Amino acid sequence: MASVSEKGPAVRPKPEHVRQTDERKPVTMLEAIREALWEELERDPDVLMMGEDIGAYGGAFKVTDGFLEAFGADRIIDTPISEAGFTGAAAGAAHMGMRPIVEMQFMDFVSCAYEPLTNYIATSRWRGSGPVPLVVRGPVGGGVRGGPFHSQNPEMAFFHTPGLKIVYPSTAADAKGLLKAAIRDDDPVLYFEHKKLYRAPFLRTVLPDEDYTVPIGRARLHREGSDVTIVTYGMMVHEAQKAADTLAGEDIDCDILDLRTLLPLDEDAIIESVRKTGRLLIAHEDTRTGGIAGEIAMRVSEKAFEWLDAPMLRVTALDTPVPYSPPLEDYFLPNADDIAKACRYLKQY
Amino acid sequence: MSEQTRVMRGGGAEELTRDQLREIYYYLQLTRQVEQVLANLYRQNKVIGGLYRSLGQEATAVGSAYALRRASDGTGDVIAPAIRNLGSLLVMGVRPVDVMRQYMAKADSPTAGREQNVHFTDYGLGHIGLISHLGVMVEVMAGVALSFRLRGQDRVALTYIGDGGASTGACHEGLNLAAVQRAPLILIIENNGYAYSTPVPRQTAASSFVVRSRALGIHGARCDGNDVFAVLEATRTAVDRARRGGGAALIEVMTYRRKGHAEHDAQAYVPPEELSSWEARDPVDRFERTVLDRELLDRHELDAIQARVTAGVEEARDAAESSPLPQPAEALAEVWAGIATPPPWTRREPVDPFQA
Repeated sequence: MASVSEKGPAVRPKPEHVRQTDERKPVTMLEAIREALWEELERDPDVLMMGEDIGAYGGAFKVTDGFLEAFGADRIIDTPISEAGFTGAAAGAAHMGMRPIVEMQFMDFVSCAYEPLTNYIATSRWRGSGPVPLVVRGPVGGGVRGGPFHSQNPEMAFFHTPGLKIVYPSTAADAKGLLKAAIRDDDPVLYFEHKKLYRAPFLRTVLPDEDYTVPIGRARLHREGSDVTIVTYGMMVHEAQKAADTLAGEDIDCDILDLRTLLPLDEDAIIESVRKTGRLLIAHEDTRTGGIAGEIAMRVSEKAFEWLDAPMLRVTALDTPVPYSPPLEDYFLPNADDIAKACRYLKQY
Repeated sequence: MSEQTRVMRGGGAEELTRDQLREIYYYLQLTRQVEQVLANLYRQNKVIGGLYRSLGQEATAVGSAYALRRASDGTGDVIAPAIRNLGSLLVMGVRPVDVMRQYMAKADSPTAGREQNVHFTDYGLGHIGLISHLGVMVEVMAGVALSFRLRGQDRVALTYIGDGGASTGACHEGLNLAAVQRAPLILIIENNGYAYSTPVPRQTAASSFVVRSRALGIHGARCDGNDVFAVLEATRTAVDRARRGGGAALIEVMTYRRKGHAEHDAQAYVPPEELSSWEARDPVDRFERTVLDRELLDRHELDAIQARVTAGVEEARDAAESSPLPQPAEALAEVWAGIATPPPWTRREPVDPFQA
């Protein structure tokens, strides 16, 4: 394993809230993300952060709490409210050899930066304008009563754009390793952090002491089973796990594949699982039409049609904006019960 | 502040050396003649896409880029041109043959046929290719400029936008970010009268674009864009200021687009007398008059430069015409680092959808 700070300045002591790697203390996903950012800022002087309120305030979710004091206002840059402006500027800094990490206060606002991301940044390498190594990261997802503009899952707005990568972890260990991989990647990466998982106690994990990355583009087998394949990511990994626990008592054995990276999609892992089980359910918190389920089903049709024993099915959010009121939002979101019902249908087909 | 909005005029020619005057004339002529050759190629259907002329605006492009520190090893200032800044690229060291190959979509063009016209990049020479979405280059160049400040380099970033593109949110967001960060970004708003067919009064209700510099708290200047010396002086002032840590600047240059938006556009929306009045203010003629009247260069020198440019441009045209078009499957290359895009299964032998 490569040690930290090969080219960076002397490693400064981490403040109390940034985990000391020798403590063997279980951390939340948010703490894992914070630690990845801290360590990459330490390791590489070209890494810098840009975003709204990430400095003195430490970010809307306190991900960068204490970073301003440690790294200074030239590396933890509080920007004007201008998502397109600072995302475009991050591209310019990346052209000059820096490694910017852009924080969207909520990923819902990445739509304001759709233009620089899809037209300028995603095409740059192919146009011969050079790589744009940057990360755009921020909180996504529903279930926190955030309403239509603080709860979105905008991944598929970018999935259609060649040149981008899209990462969406579901565990603390993956969150840290994938974020480090994203920062070191030579292509632009959109990195999605489910805000309901940020401080979820059940995700607390003791992370490896050493500097590690998790490869972008590889799915993770979350649960091994033989009857039904559930392809999913983000929050739905944990809903699928709950469903699988229930279904285990009914003699239905689920294979849960956590995609972790949506673009590029780990097609091989999906095909391998479907060829094993012959049944496929795709579950995503994103809305239904144009969700990734459609693309995955098409790929399975191309590569594993003859292995299928049942139609491919999907469990998703409704095709509506994300509602605010609890009964409405709970109705909108897919859950473990939906997934269990779909798996029973597939098993009995 | 009176300095912010005063219209800079002429003068400054005497402060340049004879070699500098020759060089400026060379680039004015080169810009004009490269475009004349491209117009001929366009009429012969050898230019694949549109052709965007800068006739009458050459002094803006050449004068502004001439104020920069040029290098070929990636250590100089960096520009991002707009579509009518061919002259800026030539000053930065771009070869005419590469511009012609871009327009003709050739395999050995800087973008290998994937992109067109002045949409190409050379970090060594210090230019970054624009895309068609206006305003984004102001954001990108704000980041380039920011990187210079963060690294303690005394380099500047210069970009251009038209009176139309200045209406975008991106233009404002980029310039405001540079202003707040005191990044050494110079934005030249090239007021040439029209955005495609839309005249300036349909873009802004303000009496000028330079007033925006006050709103943003940055240095501002306005100058005659058909006077290469005025453009050079205004840009130098802003560049020197930015290099010393003075932050961003906005320069409005007053010029005129004497051709349509692109070569297909007959500009029927333009009053003929307006065109003729600006023909009389041609920036190349004006340069010649200035240097001849003040006896800074002689007619013989100007003619010799013109002939040298003509010979070089013709040679470039012949080379570009003989270049091949790209191989079709080159379209697949380099979308991501190290990830291949597969060719379509219907174009493989044997045809097999399961290998898609």
